[in-house]
Amino acid sequence: MLAYLIRRLFAVVVMLLVVTLTTFAIFFVIPKWAGTDPALLFVGKQADPEAIEGIRQKLSLGDPVLVQFWHFVQGLFVGRDYANGTDVTHCPAPCFGYSFRTEQAVWPQLTDALPVTLSLAAGACLLWLVGGITTGVVSALRRGTLWDRSAMTVALAGVSLPIYFTGLLSLAIFSYSLKWVNVDYKPFGDDPAMWFESLILPWITLAFLYAAMYARLTRATMLEIMGEDYIRTARAKGLRERVVIGRHAMRSTWTPILTLLGLDLGALLGGAVLTESTYNLPGLGRLAVNAITDKDLPVILGVTLIAAIFIVIANLVVDLLYAVIDPRVRLG
Amino acid sequence: MTDLSQPGQPEGATGALPATTAAATGEVAAAGSPAPTAFLEVRDLRVHFPTDDGLVKSVDGLSFRLEKGKTLGIVGESGSGKSVTSLGIMGLHTAGQYGRRKARISGEIWLNGQELLGADPDEVRKLRGREMSMIFQDPLSALHPYYTIGRQIIEAYRVHHEVTKEVARKRAIELLDRVGIPQPDKRVDSYPHEFSGGMRQRAMIAMALVNNPELLIADEPTTALDVTVQAQILDLIRDLQKEFGSAVIIITHDLGVVAELADDLLVMYGGRCVERGPAEKVFYEPQHPYTWGLLGSMPRIDRDQTDRLIPVKGSPPSLINVPSGCAFHPRCPYADVPKDNITRTERPELREAGDGGHFSACHMTQEERTRIWTEEIAPKL
Repeated sequence: MLAYLIRRLFAVVVMLLVVTLTTFAIFFVIPKWAGTDPALLFVGKQADPEAIEGIRQKLSLGDPVLVQFWHFVQGLFVGRDYANGTDVTHCPAPCFGYSFRTEQAVWPQLTDALPVTLSLAAGACLLWLVGGITTGVVSALRRGTLWDRSAMTVALAGVSLPIYFTGLLSLAIFSYSLKWVNVDYKPFGDDPAMWFESLILPWITLAFLYAAMYARLTRATMLEIMGEDYIRTARAKGLRERVVIGRHAMRSTWTPILTLLGLDLGALLGGAVLTESTYNLPGLGRLAVNAITDKDLPVILGVTLIAAIFIVIANLVVDLLYAVIDPRVRLG
Repeated sequence: MTDLSQPGQPEGATGALPATTAAATGEVAAAGSPAPTAFLEVRDLRVHFPTDDGLVKSVDGLSFRLEKGKTLGIVGESGSGKSVTSLGIMGLHTAGQYGRRKARISGEIWLNGQELLGADPDEVRKLRGREMSMIFQDPLSALHPYYTIGRQIIEAYRVHHEVTKEVARKRAIELLDRVGIPQPDKRVDSYPHEFSGGMRQRAMIAMALVNNPELLIADEPTTALDVTVQAQILDLIRDLQKEFGSAVIIITHDLGVVAELADDLLVMYGGRCVERGPAEKVFYEPQHPYTWGLLGSMPRIDRDQTDRLIPVKGSPPSLINVPSGCAFHPRCPYADVPKDNITRTERPELREAGDGGHFSACHMTQEERTRIWTEEIAPKL
């Protein structure tokens, strides 16, 4: 088990290195191949040659690619200095460089945005797990009834309707027309009540989409499991139907749900792009979108890396959880 | 609990029983008649499943009796209704059909003086696992993969006994020891996948017997096991039956299995009983062409190796559009022996065939059957 963990952690480091290299390549190398000067991308349009040269020097864009990569990785772990000949800027670790638009360090922007995304993801996750699994189980047990059909129709709508539709609709109704909720984000530390109020709509909108997926998954899994031989055995023991479902069927239903949950949470923590943009929440997703619009490459790089880290970690957690849930999975 | 009965008792020791104790009797009691004296009596059982293609008549009018301490073998090919019968007795015939259109069940099932089909489902639930329990075909899929063997047995015990987990655990270890699992105090904490196939079936049997049930139904208990293990499991069932004195129903498509165990045999075809009687009679003087077919398709070591097995031609009947007349007539080589095309127009009733509670549902006269059996079939076996 420990050996497995160490091996997996090693694999995680390698994976992150590969992700970093790829991201780096995309933002620093490909423009070069494409014939554009990365320095130009950084400086923006209509820069004078002097500024371009200054940037090239400051970012050491003249160095070989691998040296640049090394500097970049070094910056992540020990920080790095940017020098353009006259003055030196020290960027402490973890250094993701400086935003070209705001000239702020990228790392603090990431750490500011992360709690917003975390709040959004955690709250929505709680909602969709409770809502999705309950709906799925009830639908499976009452298969073919009016409840099942309605729930699955709503779920189909939930899966099909994009966030920017349900999100804007909810904003129009509950915020602009009825004025029930205020959607200006406030950090939890400033005002918990306002934090809660500002997140209610995003939570519900995001949870609706995922709950629909989870309800369908839970229903399908549950239906399959209710036909298993060991469920018949459980009934043959004389267990109450409640126990048969709660203890025997649910236990097996968790496996695919947790698999999906790990991946979904991992991906969401890298930024719920649509939800954050729709509700103007200053999370990682919106940060990424803005950075892309502004061609703010260091920020894009930072968000991508953070997202990759979350996905890799989520995968690891899911794999470890498998061993906990299913005794047949032996890690080693 | 731990004294094992002597294995290797002479063949037929359980089979040579007086005919009067035979499970099979001729009369099909009318519905609503008073409680029977037999331990288990099934009267005119019908289990029908509505499907999109039509009504599947899995069991269509089945009656039999079983006394305590006796073993009834139900034999038939896939889809003949054997498993549905056992699930019906257990009240589990809707399992696997979850939430779909419900199975229609009618008739009477009397267990120990109590009628089960009309009883409150929760009352029947309380009987399940305590008075009647069941062993399934594939012990790997019948045991929950995520729980230890011990936990599953403990659960089965504690549903019906208000005892602490420690007491139930002791009981589980005792039963695992009884069914021949080595180091039961350690193996109790193993998961099903850590057991071999035979061990899993032993554990399954331990679980079925944990509450000392009076009726044990074994649905193809050895089909998923390899041959050497099969014999051990059958021995175990026989020993345990002696010890616990329960009534046992063995459901199988393998005549070899029931030859070893059953006192009485019931041959099913297309959801109905085509022949029943004491095991010896059914084996040595079978009175139905389908039974002849089953015997002919059974491999035997004493048969010349150059002889081929004699298969039953054709395929099992549709349970939605059951053939008219005798359901077996499309596959029966002797369908034209009775006069007036009667095999195609009239369904044969179970009638006494020979003495000693031997019944057969065949239009041929007993003389015709006896002649065909002794002259044409038996020499080839």
